[in-house]
Amino acid sequence: MTLFLSYLINGISLGSVYAIIALGYTMVYGIAKMLNFAHGDIIMVGAYISFTATQYWGLHPLVSVVIAMMVCTVLGITIEGLAYRPLRKAPSLAVLITAIGMSYFLQNIALLIWGADLKNFSSVISIGSISILGGSILITGETIVTIAANIVIMIALTLFTGKTKMGKAMRAVSEDKGAAELMGINVNRTISVTFAIGSCLAAVAGVLLCSAYPALLPTTGSMPGIKAFTAAVFGGIGSIPGAMVGGILMGVIEILGKAYVSTELGDAFVFAVLIIMLLVKPSGLFGKSVREKV
Amino acid sequence: MKRTVSVFFAFVLIMCLCVPALADDTIKIGMIGPLTGPAASYGNSVKQGCEIAVEEINALGGIQLEISYQDDQHDAEISVNAYNNVMDWGAKMIVGTVTTNPCLAVSSIAYEERVFMMTPSASSLDAIANKDNMYQICFTDPAMGAHSAEYISEHKLAEKIAIIYNNADAYSTGIYQAFTEKANELGLNIVETKTFTDETTDFSVQITAAKEAGADLVFLPIYYTPASMIFNQAASMEYSPTYFGVDGMDGILQVEGFDTSLAEGVILLTPFSDASTEENVVNFVTKYVAAYGVIPDQFAADGYDAVYALYTAINEAGITPDTSYEDACESIISVITKIEVNGVTGTMTWSPDGTVTKDPKAVRIENGAYVEID
Repeated sequence: MTLFLSYLINGISLGSVYAIIALGYTMVYGIAKMLNFAHGDIIMVGAYISFTATQYWGLHPLVSVVIAMMVCTVLGITIEGLAYRPLRKAPSLAVLITAIGMSYFLQNIALLIWGADLKNFSSVISIGSISILGGSILITGETIVTIAANIVIMIALTLFTGKTKMGKAMRAVSEDKGAAELMGINVNRTISVTFAIGSCLAAVAGVLLCSAYPALLPTTGSMPGIKAFTAAVFGGIGSIPGAMVGGILMGVIEILGKAYVSTELGDAFVFAVLIIMLLVKPSGLFGKSVREKV
Repeated sequence: MKRTVSVFFAFVLIMCLCVPALADDTIKIGMIGPLTGPAASYGNSVKQGCEIAVEEINALGGIQLEISYQDDQHDAEISVNAYNNVMDWGAKMIVGTVTTNPCLAVSSIAYEERVFMMTPSASSLDAIANKDNMYQICFTDPAMGAHSAEYISEHKLAEKIAIIYNNADAYSTGIYQAFTEKANELGLNIVETKTFTDETTDFSVQITAAKEAGADLVFLPIYYTPASMIFNQAASMEYSPTYFGVDGMDGILQVEGFDTSLAEGVILLTPFSDASTEENVVNFVTKYVAAYGVIPDQFAADGYDAVYALYTAINEAGITPDTSYEDACESIISVITKIEVNGVTGTMTWSPDGTVTKDPKAVRIENGAYVEID
């Protein structure tokens, strides 16, 4: 029983990382209606920036997080402006391929700047582990902070899209770009802001991902990115609570699959669950209940 | 003006024709390995090791060596091109290739064309299987696994052993299989075996399983990248067994940002240790540091020893610059099993199947550095 519980905790900590990445995915998809496959790689850039700031410039870890958030925000706006905006009227397949190209571009840039050798990211989280049930189960500080960050971000995003003027503009753009433009909403600016927020979240996700799993390589973001995308689809892409629930479920399924069936097939489970989900409920867990896809 | 240019080119052409004639009293060797690309550090280390060896040998007088270094970017097709380049250049034998996959491609052609090859570091059995022209400086993967089991048994390092290996990787799987075979033979108690793949970054399941099984030693026949992740995660899960690694673990202390205290007490079997006090090793390390500013790794040592092995065989077989590469190949094959080379990776002898025999060295990581142990 304790063994099962500790696998469950491991699953939740892995899932909380997927969830925080999935929040960014779902945010951008919900508003811009495009899959930003480069999201995973913005995460990687965020982690590298934080690594550079702490290791080479000797800054405090929290300052490095702020720098990473700023750099990623600028990066997100730049990518959107240079690569996606010119394709606003193009078929969605063209945008998708551009996003994949952007993903490889970022990976290669990182390869050029930071090299191919492994960097070990030291955790920015200083709180220690908590042990429960008489010390038989450990919850790491990284897990606690990641889950807390998830909840804060989820609430903040929901409030932002529901209450603020910019949030309302985003929902309008998400529902109908043409009509929103006629109503005097600056669509390009709204989408830019969406990317800025999404990329800023990616930096946070990158730092938390690498705090929990410290191996930093130019490809660090790609696999978690794909899994988080799966989580976002699982939870209902475009839905903010769906991304979080989907992410955590995904992590738990992966770990339990690895623990009780086979360690090699852990990744296969994740994608099998996606296929089943798409067959049974194509809109995802929360896909229908949230009508405005934000 | 036009005339000057053509005269200039004619001159250059003549100079080009002259160069091979001037270098005719040296024996040419081709080196093939990844000098750029994802495995570049391996190829460059081998190259630099070779350079030190060639410099020493040429300073002795007698037979002079010249090496052409060809980049294969760790790609089988490019490696075949590189092979053709060095053979056109006039190589009599090959040091290489450095990595396994290109080695499989090049060695088949070299076997057909009868060119002798000494690979410093392609450790797969497939690299040498059924090719009488192929010899290795490094241990084969199965030899590494068997040596590890023997070492653990001999030094009574463990009551209960857990193994975590990458079953998407031929290197890791090869060592794992030989290790379990030998461990069962020696009566070692393996309580848990868990696998992972190249994409894995979360090792919590594997570590939890090892911890629950009560393993006091975890055998890691894997590269240093996943090993560093395992050390980090095991520490956060408050699990601290003895870790036992093999040559792939070499490099863990150089990972940027890695907290080396996590690797404290890790034991690894490796053919080369820069901490050795053997005279030839000290000499090699000193020269290498002076020339390149870094401490040589195992690949550099393998490259150095590969050149010395060929040099010994050339002397033994009486090869001259006039010998054809086919004749050189046959005569080296006939002497290689009889020679003994005292290299920086140990005293080496070879079996006709191409494998090397030498003693592995065990090192323990103490205070962030290798310390040689028995």
